[in-house]
Order: sequence, then C-alpha cells, then structure tokens
Amino acid sequence: MERWRRIITQHRTPPADDVPVVLARDGTHGPVIHAMNAVARARGIAVGARVVDAQAIYPDLHVERADAAGDYKLLERLAHWARRWCPWTVRDGQDGIVMDVTGAAHLFGGEAALLRDMATRFKMQGLTTRLAMAPSRGAAQMLARYAPAFVICDGETMMAQLGPLPVAALRLSDDMLRLLTRLGLKTIGALTDVPRVALMRRFSGLAEDRNPLVLLDRATGRAADPLNAPPDAQVWLARVRLPEPVIDPVPQLPALAEALCVDLARAEQGARLLRLTIYRVDGEWRSRDVVTASATRDPAHMLRLLAGKLEGIDPGFGFDLLTLEALRIEPLSLHQDHLDGSRDAGRDVAALLDRLTARLGPEKITWSAWCQSHLPERVEARVPAIAHNAAPAPVMTCERPLRLLDPAEEVTVLYAVPEGPPARFQWRRVAYHMARFEGPERIAPEWWRDKPGTRLRDYYKVEVQDGRRFWIYRQGVLGDGRGGDPVWFLHGVFA
Amino acid sequence: MTPDSQFAQVISLSDKRLVKDVPAPHMGGAILRDALPDAPFDAAATGFVLACLPDSKDPVLWIQDRMSRRENGRLYGPALLGFGFSGNILRVEVSHPRDVLWAMEEGAACAGLSAVVGEIHGAPEVLSFTATKRLALRAESSGVPLWLIRSGDHGALSAARERWRLRSRPSGPNRYNAQAPGAPMWEADLFRARGRAPGVWTAAYDGGAQRTADRLRLLPGAGDGAVAADHHPASHATGR
Repeated sequence: MERWRRIITQHRTPPADDVPVVLARDGTHGPVIHAMNAVARARGIAVGARVVDAQAIYPDLHVERADAAGDYKLLERLAHWARRWCPWTVRDGQDGIVMDVTGAAHLFGGEAALLRDMATRFKMQGLTTRLAMAPSRGAAQMLARYAPAFVICDGETMMAQLGPLPVAALRLSDDMLRLLTRLGLKTIGALTDVPRVALMRRFSGLAEDRNPLVLLDRATGRAADPLNAPPDAQVWLARVRLPEPVIDPVPQLPALAEALCVDLARAEQGARLLRLTIYRVDGEWRSRDVVTASATRDPAHMLRLLAGKLEGIDPGFGFDLLTLEALRIEPLSLHQDHLDGSRDAGRDVAALLDRLTARLGPEKITWSAWCQSHLPERVEARVPAIAHNAAPAPVMTCERPLRLLDPAEEVTVLYAVPEGPPARFQWRRVAYHMARFEGPERIAPEWWRDKPGTRLRDYYKVEVQDGRRFWIYRQGVLGDGRGGDPVWFLHGVFA
Repeated sequence: MTPDSQFAQVISLSDKRLVKDVPAPHMGGAILRDALPDAPFDAAATGFVLACLPDSKDPVLWIQDRMSRRENGRLYGPALLGFGFSGNILRVEVSHPRDVLWAMEEGAACAGLSAVVGEIHGAPEVLSFTATKRLALRAESSGVPLWLIRSGDHGALSAARERWRLRSRPSGPNRYNAQAPGAPMWEADLFRARGRAPGVWTAAYDGGAQRTADRLRLLPGAGDGAVAADHHPASHATGR
C-alpha cells in the first residue's frame, strides 16, 4: 500500500487522505481486495472480500491494481538490505522478513534498541512495520502478525505471550483451521493444553508444514527450525585509487577492464551491463553505462565501448577513485576460435551491435519483427537488436513494394469515378501519366483495432511512362458513408 | 622518340588493360560501389543493390540517414522475400550522414556481415572524396562488399571502384495481364569503374532463378528492347 502511494505520487495526484483506497488482485470470481489504507480498514472492509461487493457498500471506494510481482521484488531487496543488522536474513512468505539476530543485538545497544532502530529505518523508507522478537522463528512470525506490535519475549514468557493468539497464527490450511475450530481449539493456549499424545495420534499422517503439532513444536523451540539465508549477491567491481586527483580517466581504464575481466573469467561469467563511475574530489560522482548484446569479458572490447562514452563525463576538479562494475552478468564459458583461425561470425555481429548501440542508442539499431496484419504499415515492426533476435520474414501472397513511405503522401489523382485506376496523378508537384496498372487490391480496415469510420483501401500498382512503378491507394469509396470524396495516397515504390 | 609516339604508347597500354566484358556486380568482389538513382523516389537503385547482395545467411547492415528516409521511404521488409532476397537485415536509422559513414566503417570491419549498404540523400559535405576513399580502402582490406546509395546526387566526386547510375525502364510483359507491369527492368549505367570500360546495360531481374548468377542479367544496348524481348519467349504469346 505504501509502495503504491509512493509510486503514484510521482505520477499523478494521489487521492485525498479521507478516501478509502483498496488495491485489488485477481480472484477466482473477479477481483478481490489485496490491501487497503487506514480509512478503508476503519470502515470494516476485509482483505479477500470481492471488490464489487465493497464498491456496492461504499460507492466512493477508490480501486487500484495491486502489483504483487513488484512487492515480491521489493521484499527480496529489503531482505538483503536488512543484513545491516545481522548476517542471516530471509524473506518470509509474501509480507515478512525473518532475521536471526543471535549475537547481533548488543551491537545496537540491546534488543529493544535494535527493534527501535529497525522501526525507525523502515519508517525512513516510508514503510510501516510490525516487529517481534522471540527465541524461535515460528514464535516470532506469529507474534509479529497477531500480537500487539513491539513484542520481545524470552524463553520463560514465550508461552504466556503465545497462549492468547488464535490458531490461525500457526499458518494452517483452511481445512485444518475449520477442524480445529470445530474441536473448540481456538487459541494456541488451548492447543498446548491438549495432551501431546492425543495430538500426535490425531495428526499423525500429515505433512510437516501442515501438521499443527510440528508447527507448534517449531514455535516453542522443541523442534529445530534453522534459517536458510540466501548468499549475498556478489559484486563484480574493479577499482583504482589514485594518489593524486586527475582529469583524464583514459590511462586508468585498461587496468580496470583487465582486473574486472580476470574476476569474471575466474567465475566463467560475462558482463551484459557495465557501469564506469568516477568519484570526484568535491564529493560528487558521475557514471556511464554500457550495454552489450552478448556476454563479454574481453578487455579490449570493453575499452572500445567505453571510449565513446567518455566525452560527456564531467571530471570537475579531478577525481581520485574510479570503479568499473558489471551490473548484469551472464554465464560465459571459454570459447575457442575455429582451427583454421577464423572467428565465429555471430560473435562478430554481436560485438558490432555493442559498438553501434553504445554510440547511437538502442532504438536506432533494429531487427524487423512481424505482425499478423493486412495493413502494410503494420506488418513490420522494429525491435531493438540489442535485446531481440532476428526473425525470418513471413511469405507474402501479394507483391509488395520495395520501399514504403511512412506516412503515405497525399496525391491528386484523375480517375474514372467511382472505382477506376488513377489515369493521371500529381505528387510532389510533378505530374505523372499512367502507362500500365495492376489492381485494385482491396485491404479492409481492421475493425477490431481501428476506430469506427476508418475507410477501406484499394491499392493499385501503377507504372508511369518513364518506367517507375508506384503503389497508390484510394482511401474509401464514393458514397460509402464514411466521409466525403475518397482521397488518394502514394504509399510505396516497386523495383 | 618523339613525344607523339610516347603518348600513343600510353593509350595503347591502358586500352589493353581495360576489361570490356559485361560486369557482374552480383558475383562478389569486396569493393565500394556507388548506386545513384537517376530520378527522385526511384527504387531501381534499391532493387539493383538488393539483386547484387551476396546469397548468404549472414545479416546485411542497412544504414539510412534521416533525409533519405524522408525522401525515399524505408526499405520494406515483407517485400524482400518476394524479391528473391532471403537474408536478415540489421537496420540502423541515424539522423546525420556522418553517422552513416561511421556505421559503414564499423560494419566493414565486421567479418560476420555479408554486406553493408548505406543510404545518403543529397550531397552532404561530409560525404567527400576522402570519406569515400576511407570506405573503399576499408572494404578492400576486410572483404565485406560495401554499397552506397546516393540519392539526390548527380555524380559528386567519389573514390568508389564502380559507380552505377540506375533508372527504371518500362517493365517486361506480364504473362497473365497485358495491362499490368511485369518483371522489373532497369537501365544500368556504369559510368566509372576501375580497370573496366564503362557502358550502359539493360538489367533484368528474376528473383525466382535457381542460381544466384542467373538472377541479374545485364543485356547490352539499353533502350533497344529487342534484345530483351528475345530472352522472353512468352512475350510473343501474350504481347500484342
């Protein structure tokens, strides 16, 4: 919710504070509510309710799409960011982070101070938190979600703290919850009061993550529940520190690229995105990014790509630290040239793509992408060559011109009304006389995509007297009820 | 020796070295060639260049500047397969002719390309004799054929090894419809070439031919028409 509010504030005016806002995700029977703001919560809207129901009750409800994938990514990054407090952190479900702060709390002045620090730091990022600290992971998960915020419990007080929590805190399936509720076991305390043997016998055949007894044991610390933290992302970085500030980065670059490539080669990786950063003496920093079409760890190639980017970089009064970082990497195994000494042609083209893209920009260098359409200008789209592969062209059933004017240019035409070929036409202030023609080829508008009222096109291949062959179309037919007289356009030229 | 005889000797020497047979620009040769369209918005030059590109699976680098895009339109991909060209085209669309020349040089250094085609409209100052000389030398050292389509340019200086001026001719007869245009015909004027006599030919293109060598035919005697007709036996049946 808070992430949505921050993003929305950058793009448009957010709704006022007293408007109930909900985020919706797709449910089985239409959208359901995923998250809401404080106003909506105060009115009693529940997570998981259907949006249409909530809208019927509160017509002023403001509904937005939830971005679950974005939330997930943010949480992954937050889990890594949280390693500022302790080395073992892992994402917990869709909305939590578990940290193992064993032996780390004293660095922040005790457990309470650590939790306060966490709350402050998350608040600085615009996020509210519910924190709890407990001797076991399961207990902390339950307390953070179901207890009043800011709970710290130790081994003695833990059972007292867990007792009043509902059994839903154990993260059981819906069936199991219903069963326990029917049995009258509504709180954790009620569950622990039942003799273990009875619970064991009742839930013997269940899998570990659905068995209430196992989950309870994990929460109370009776069963082991270790934290499996993902490793830190490795940073591929080479840096040069200079004894004196300098203005020109070029002499330092070969050593930087060499060092980075040695690192990459050791891990059999290649760089797809490089960033060169200079740290100036006045505290500022400037950076330049270079994208490559295929993974590379060739220092000479990196230098050529960077060379075109250095002109615009402003060194100020000089800089004394220079880093080259591979921000995106891909596996790249060792590659051998052919035995006859020739190189792989595909790799040459990829290197050429890198150089062109580094200088001209990714949108300028394109492959053709093909669309299923009859309208000539829609058949061929262009995709950046750095990110896509070339696709084979479709086989056209009708002859098409070699060159296409984009957009088509209007011509004044003398023709036999209503559907005759163009006998004479004037284009770019030159008059042409038709010698031979072929057509018409009728292309109807695509009603599923075009605006209503779009007119059909009749294409003619017209050869004029000096031999040039044009592709001319008449837009509309006289009396088709979609505008006045038909208009003629010149769209292309044949070989 | 008298000066006169010396002069005659030079003439005879150069005359002997000149090749006088029909050129075959589509049969390779990694050199820089110019193609000059004779009329505005004439696809004859484009068609001729496409017909001359080598038959290869490697991509062709096709570079256009903004003016040629506006004046002559874009190359239309869906037509190429029907025209008999099946390779991939890597397009580069830049705004200034200077970038076209730079990209052509980069492309000429890349052995993974089958050819490099640049299009420049008008005769901008950057497209000087020196610039074309650079390209010509680059093409000869790397082995990638280079084509430069110079529309709106009536023969400014160029170091290209072959310079062609192309113009559309009335097309061949259509087998099914006497009213309709048929196979494309162009007038190909080789007005400057190194080590070869210049000349004018009528070029006929047949994209469906089996062998690459048969696709583009250069027939002597432009504007004659009679010679061209001899190669199309079907024309007598459907003609007039």
